[in-house]
Amino acid sequence: MRMLLLLLSLLVTPLAWAQATGPLIDALATDDYAAKEQALTALTETGDPAIVPALTALEGGALYRRLADDKVLIGREDGDSIALTDPLTGAALGTEPAGNVELIRVNNRLRRSIGAALGALTLRSPDAAVRQTAADAVFISRDATALPLVEAALAAEKDIKVKRSLEQARAAILLADDTLGTDDKLSAITTIADKGGQAALALLNPLMGSEDAAAAKAATEAVRLIENKLAWAAAAQNIIYGMSLGSVLLLAAIGLAVTFGVMGVINMAHGEMVMLGAYTTYVVQEMIRTHAPGLFDWSLLIALPLAFVVAGGVGILIERGIIRFLYGRPLETLLATWGLSLVLQQAVRSLFGPTNMEVGNPAWMAGAFQVGEITITYGRMWIFLFGLIVFAALMLLLRRTPLGLQMRAVTQNRSMARAMGIRTARVDALTFGLGSGIAGLAGVALSQIDNVSPNLGQGYIIDSFMIVIFGGVGNLWGTLVGALSLGIVNKLLEPLAGAVLGKILVLVGIILFIQARPRGLFALKGRAIEH
Amino acid sequence: MQGGILLSRLDRAGLAFGAVALGLAILIPVLNLAVPADSAFHVPPHVVALMGKYLCYALLALSVDLVWGYCGILSLGHGAFFALGGYAMGMYLMRQIGPRGMYGHPTLPDFMVFLNWPELPWYWLGFDHFWFAVLMVLLVPGLLAGLLGWLAFRSRVTGVYLSIITQAMTFALLLAFFRNDMGFGGNNGLTDFKDILGASIQADGTRSALFAASAIALALGFILCRWIVRSKLGRVLVAIRDAESRTRFLGYRVEQYKLLVFVTSACMAGVAGALYVPQVGIINPGEFSPANSIEAVIWVAVGGRGTLIGSIIGAVLVNFGKTLLTNALPEIWLFALGGLFIAVTLFLPRGIVGLWTGYWTKRREKQASSITTQPVTEGQ
Repeated sequence: MRMLLLLLSLLVTPLAWAQATGPLIDALATDDYAAKEQALTALTETGDPAIVPALTALEGGALYRRLADDKVLIGREDGDSIALTDPLTGAALGTEPAGNVELIRVNNRLRRSIGAALGALTLRSPDAAVRQTAADAVFISRDATALPLVEAALAAEKDIKVKRSLEQARAAILLADDTLGTDDKLSAITTIADKGGQAALALLNPLMGSEDAAAAKAATEAVRLIENKLAWAAAAQNIIYGMSLGSVLLLAAIGLAVTFGVMGVINMAHGEMVMLGAYTTYVVQEMIRTHAPGLFDWSLLIALPLAFVVAGGVGILIERGIIRFLYGRPLETLLATWGLSLVLQQAVRSLFGPTNMEVGNPAWMAGAFQVGEITITYGRMWIFLFGLIVFAALMLLLRRTPLGLQMRAVTQNRSMARAMGIRTARVDALTFGLGSGIAGLAGVALSQIDNVSPNLGQGYIIDSFMIVIFGGVGNLWGTLVGALSLGIVNKLLEPLAGAVLGKILVLVGIILFIQARPRGLFALKGRAIEH
Repeated sequence: MQGGILLSRLDRAGLAFGAVALGLAILIPVLNLAVPADSAFHVPPHVVALMGKYLCYALLALSVDLVWGYCGILSLGHGAFFALGGYAMGMYLMRQIGPRGMYGHPTLPDFMVFLNWPELPWYWLGFDHFWFAVLMVLLVPGLLAGLLGWLAFRSRVTGVYLSIITQAMTFALLLAFFRNDMGFGGNNGLTDFKDILGASIQADGTRSALFAASAIALALGFILCRWIVRSKLGRVLVAIRDAESRTRFLGYRVEQYKLLVFVTSACMAGVAGALYVPQVGIINPGEFSPANSIEAVIWVAVGGRGTLIGSIIGAVLVNFGKTLLTNALPEIWLFALGGLFIAVTLFLPRGIVGLWTGYWTKRREKQASSITTQPVTEGQ
């Protein structure tokens, strides 16, 4: 059988295909869905890769019937008219007014069949990645008509990974057949168990109740193994999600760790500094879109220093204009900066409008990669690394530079620092500017994963304060540990209690934790009764 | 000596306020109900409801002033106590709808029928009685404040830390009440009220009665607060506000004083919420939002912290301004509110009342120095 198919596929030349498939495609031009289904099956059975564009168009609602001659053509809407191309050769066939053509409609049943057909057809693509996807698609669809195609592809396949996928796809189709012998069933189960994952579970689960005792036992064993593996993968995935969330929280909180932790200033407008950073990214991207589209992949790197300068500059203005008059009155500072946050929000709303701004992802932020069962998106990975880099840079700045030395001196003993010749007012302004600037950097990162709207900062302010207090005020390491552990705890609670309840539990947990350790996880040692 | 003058001045203003509030409680309903609609003195029903709302806000502000102005506890979660009181009242009002809901179910409120709840959850039991609802209005905010306060004050969480914890508390409650399976109407909250104590909630008479109740509650709250701050307890509270450690070293159990005043204040906020809900006709989780609580704080700051009467003036003025501005120039409102926060903290740290009393003390001093020829009065 297999040899026969192989021979057939060698004998049938592409030319013969095109001649045979042309009328078959035109058969799709009918209002009857059953007839469409038949036409589709006939098309699929040709195994001709040339019909892939036509099927893709049909699935995407871009396949039209020309009313004049009942020809089926691919169309692209172009204003009021439709630009037509030949479905097999791709040759342009001019445009027609929309009234002269009729869209070929599909229903969900048909759409499923198209998906399966596409999967089977692309099995012989020259691109290994395409073959791989096609094999996986067949595995999911378990379309019995694809079996000859899969077997033909299997015989011709050289790539070991694709070959394995094809074998799994074949096993999936075979398992659907009730008349299969026990031995074949067992080997199919082993092949599928190898694949693992949810799709394999879905195949094996019904077999556990099979009348065939040996097959049922094998299936049960395989299911147990796969579920075990999946549970571990899920836990690992949750921890990675948690670390990703933690890095986001770290970015939002680290600037606050400087202004609140090091300086002791309650800046309720901190979230708005993050928002300003995100809007800076938006403006930079808009400029690039209109003036230099080629630079788009660099937009984030260009936005970073600008966001730092914008948010840091606004921060220095706030410190000079408002906060310096309120040192030593933390509750008043809290109220004034809250008012400031309202003003900043409304200002941005008036300037840019209340809707979400569209900030694009550069190519290197898009996509994901797979580590075993765990999927990691590039965006999340870069944000995680960025959080760590910002943290390290801040540590270096505070520990290894003269400015950092002065900042620490001023916060530890203001009057002594002044006596030693440090201009404390200037250091105050710079420290606050630094904290705000870091918030601006966070805004650039958050613009990639969150909605850029005037309310962006509001969502982070309470979490940020919680993290700084949880980690211990004045301790940057505490902020790092606090952010990551809160992120992980949040994500581990989510599957157990749901996202909202998980967050509530974390908040209540922190409130209780502060009762036990009022100075946080890593409290600064000291004798002061009150600060 | 100056303090004494200030206090006695405020005391007179305070007594006058009590009289004014009671006068309002009679005058406004009369102007609404007895004066014909075409008369210039007629007060339309929506204005009655609006003023009733202001009075509820004023009671909330009063409760904030009691803890912040006299005990130095800046609570950013009083909106939560207000909302809890409101929810308790809202639950009573929901039960009063009975079978008149959209789905016509004899006991279950509409949203529970909609979510396929088989029966009333246990925590809704009893809310068909008014006395039970009133008890809960006081008990629920009081218990929450007691729990939080006991935990926080015992471990000496003070100042900004306490503020942020209270903010986190109201934020957590906001998230919780948004959930449908909490059984409090989720996103939409409780609304479509029909009756209160057998009287239609839409009727003019009921609205006037609710307004009168709000005015009386405000007057009672005011008298209670004055009684607290003028008693020995009040002196200790002020001592805690100004020097907590010193008060502790003098032998006072600071935690207990703080807890007492915090719980009292939470109960007052709960009552304010309970009166607020029937007058606006809805309670939803939005009332828990941290912004609401912090807005209540700014009312107090505008009027003058630690003066009681100031918080009432501040609440009414700011909300009146809000009504005017959000109608005329909605864009401007957040600028105005934000600017108010900054301006008051920077330029008006003692609020309107502080400005007023400061002006009078100065004038009195001037008069005194011009009458007495000898300039030796300074030491007093």
